[in-house]
Amino acid sequence: MPKDGGIGASTKRREDVRFLTGKGRYTDDINLQNQTYAWFVRSDIAHGTIQNIDTSDAESMDGVVKIFTSKDFEAAGGIPCGWQVTDRFGQPMQEPKHPILAEGKVRHVGDPIAVVVAETLEQARDAAEAIDIDIDELEPVLDMKAAIQDGATKVHDDLTSNLCYDWGFVEENREAVDEAIKNAHHVTTLELVNNRLCANPMEPRVAVADYSQANDEYTLYTTSQNPHVIRLLMGAFVLSIPEHKLRVVAPDVGGGFGSKIYHYAEEAFVTHASKIVGRPVKWTSTRSEAFISDAHGRDHVTKIELAMDENHKFTAVRTDTYANMGAYLSTFAPSIPTWLHGTLMAGNYTTPLVYVNVKAVFTNTVPVDAYRGAGRPEATFQLERVVDKAAREIGMDPAELRRLNFIKPDQFPYDTPVAVTYDTGNYHATLDKGLEMVDYANFDARVAESKARGKLRGLGLAHFIEACGIAPSNLVGQLGARAGLYESATVRVNATGSISVMTGSHSHGQGHETSFAQVVAEMIGIDASQVDIVHGDTSKTPMGMGTYGSRSIAVGGSAMVRATEKIINKAKKIAAHLMEASEGDIELKDGQFTVAGTDKSVAWGDVTLAAYVPHNYPLEEIEPGLEETAFYDPSNFTYPSGAYICEVEVDPDTGKVDVLGFIAADDFGNVINPMIVEGQVHGGVAQGIGQAMLENTVFDENGQLLSGSFMDYAMPRASDMPMFDVDHSCQTPCTHNPLGVKGCGEAGAIGSPPAVVNAVIDALQRGGYDVDHIDMPVSPSRVWEAMNK
Amino acid sequence: MSKISMTVNGKSVSGEVEGRTLLVEFLREDLKLTGTHVGCDTSQCGACTVHVDGKQVKSCTMFAAEADGAEVKTIEGEANADGSLSVVQQAFQDYHGLQCGFCTPGMVMAATALLGKNPKPTELEIREHLEGNICRCTGYHNIVKAIMAASGQDVPAVAAE
Ligand code: FES
Ligand code: FES
Repeated sequence: MPKDGGIGASTKRREDVRFLTGKGRYTDDINLQNQTYAWFVRSDIAHGTIQNIDTSDAESMDGVVKIFTSKDFEAAGGIPCGWQVTDRFGQPMQEPKHPILAEGKVRHVGDPIAVVVAETLEQARDAAEAIDIDIDELEPVLDMKAAIQDGATKVHDDLTSNLCYDWGFVEENREAVDEAIKNAHHVTTLELVNNRLCANPMEPRVAVADYSQANDEYTLYTTSQNPHVIRLLMGAFVLSIPEHKLRVVAPDVGGGFGSKIYHYAEEAFVTHASKIVGRPVKWTSTRSEAFISDAHGRDHVTKIELAMDENHKFTAVRTDTYANMGAYLSTFAPSIPTWLHGTLMAGNYTTPLVYVNVKAVFTNTVPVDAYRGAGRPEATFQLERVVDKAAREIGMDPAELRRLNFIKPDQFPYDTPVAVTYDTGNYHATLDKGLEMVDYANFDARVAESKARGKLRGLGLAHFIEACGIAPSNLVGQLGARAGLYESATVRVNATGSISVMTGSHSHGQGHETSFAQVVAEMIGIDASQVDIVHGDTSKTPMGMGTYGSRSIAVGGSAMVRATEKIINKAKKIAAHLMEASEGDIELKDGQFTVAGTDKSVAWGDVTLAAYVPHNYPLEEIEPGLEETAFYDPSNFTYPSGAYICEVEVDPDTGKVDVLGFIAADDFGNVINPMIVEGQVHGGVAQGIGQAMLENTVFDENGQLLSGSFMDYAMPRASDMPMFDVDHSCQTPCTHNPLGVKGCGEAGAIGSPPAVVNAVIDALQRGGYDVDHIDMPVSPSRVWEAMNK
Repeated sequence: MSKISMTVNGKSVSGEVEGRTLLVEFLREDLKLTGTHVGCDTSQCGACTVHVDGKQVKSCTMFAAEADGAEVKTIEGEANADGSLSVVQQAFQDYHGLQCGFCTPGMVMAATALLGKNPKPTELEIREHLEGNICRCTGYHNIVKAIMAASGQDVPAVAAE
């Protein structure tokens, strides 16, 4: 079979042709006959009581079909939350109702209040401006620590306070950790902010719904990373539509990064409204609207302490975090600062005692949920910053301190004190690889060269671990997930031997149509062009949980492997019959079935044809046809890790930081398509550098979003980025999935922010400045202020 | 409403538009040329980049009526006459210069315009030229490489790997 089509080949992406020629089909490219347009009227006040909504003028305007308010959704449920966290006293988190349209109160700028559905978008927008909304302003709740003081104004009047939960992990270790820190030889303390980010996939969200009265069926086209999850949540919990009457399609999706996981009010709105108005309803978010209606990411305020003994071995980690939930609980919000964050606080190290406390707080801001990495960047940032600070305090090389505390290659599988077991890894190998790539030995010469030009050069290192390949269903069930996290695949072999794979994973940039096909092609030994990957349509794919948490190849790919194995097993039975041989002697190689020790063979296409034209076929033993489905539930997370190294130059006159180079030495286990994997790392690193240097979501004291457009929110541009140097040659394959893969989607965004900040601190300290921390983004003004304080 | 006509990808087209109709709306909604995308409402992202009379233009910053009589080229007109990918399009595929594909039409149109006036741009010139085009997926690394390759320059020389 052609070498460029199988596992390990940098096969060019087949999906590119349609994207490069303008033939992609994104949700906004879909226009249905007789379609109407929805325009959302959103609160421009962060917190207030709605006194009156006067739609009378708007109702009579040209083209208006109907104006909706919360009254039209009295029978509907709220937008559900998919994860229930139990607090450290054994109580469930506080879970407020999240209505589709605001009921009585508005709780963040952007909270939807009313919707105009009209013949044209312009008419909908014009009528929206004529709606008169009277809101009594209330004091906005913005500061997390103030929000949970006694007597604080409440975001939700029916909750006891603004505290969603107070979570402790591992709660039994709380006192032992306190004790270890009290008795430590050295304790390094760091207080930091993990800045709030907007995911900003380049395609804004869109939802188009079509209700068919003829058969009482709904179709929703939406920009989602997981159409089955949307169908389940919206059908079962919001609109009471049974699954067989609801089809959700996520066609080409222009990036997600987490922000398109969640079930959003706009999806439920258009679906319900299309039945009420009896016509398709389309909503397209503007970018400004995206900033106030897409879930945000991060927004943690943390204090971390790292204790070590006289031999510089880490003895304990204690961390206290305030995590902003925003005004409502987005779909997976409660799980991010807890299970996706606390379980990573051992990092790559043998630290025996860890205690993580997280207080999740409601504020009058846009809801916060997963953004690329989700919880794991927050864990990695604290840990890799505090380890770096500790090394500087004790005068040790940061790489050496890490090496001293790393879990050693012969200690795997390794049980961490934070519930997870790392199956494989070799942190010494990735660290050595990274240091070799950065030419550590000659760094001092480069420092001198920069100095000669009046610049300060610095080198920052971070070594990350992440838990991905999300996730074992029974485990996450115990932890509060209200869903299973398996994945599915149906492999349908056609009579002539070509194959359609229906996967529950969803590609919104990851290139599954290419890489998934490589796997099946390799297993059977046929050309990858014979394999098509079908995704993103609940009417075509088996129930699957979608793409996030770097799970597609590790979980979705595994399901596909299992289904293909079933296909091969059945095909071997057919081949055995055709060649009058015993099934145990049949081998499949390069698309040919052979009988061991003979020269007999039949081609793949002969067997598939026999399956559908079963004239000479063992009908008494097996059914005709060749189509199999598998659901794969992983037995553990996967644990990619790697060394990320950033080299910067700081201009001491202006505080401006230039990223000169960025190195990523990752261990992703086995790699299916190296070109795609490297692309994932580039994109993740760019988002991490963006977080570290440029991006910040800022509300003013009234809860107004100050960074609500690309003019105010600094998206990384081409000139902000260096060329990246990425490597994935250190491979310790995952031991518990059939492909030995770990997943690569989030690594870049997880490992890079601490590398950048560590590099800036290194530059400043080498330049003689007494600066040991700067919060992200390390903008010129922050750097300059830190240097001149 | 006013009547406008223009040449789009070599074909004459005409339509009735309101004064406030943007060129990108005319292309997407009236002509159904949905390859040109809208990624923002502040003229910052470049997803809507097309060529008007041979010049690179953000089609969200121009009223359709302003393009009356103009020659417009969109991503749909970028491929070679026989349907094969243009040199720039092919380089984007070869060097994995796209992931989700949403910024891609704008990137390709911007890259084509750059190479039209500067056939051998440096890495820095490429990055500066892309100032008005945001890509959230690729980190720009492979886009820069693709444009280098499309200009016939040595790609490994700029890439660190
Ligand atoms: S849509 Fe034109 S610049 Fe963003
Ligand atoms: S490829 Fe997705 S935004 Fe550029």
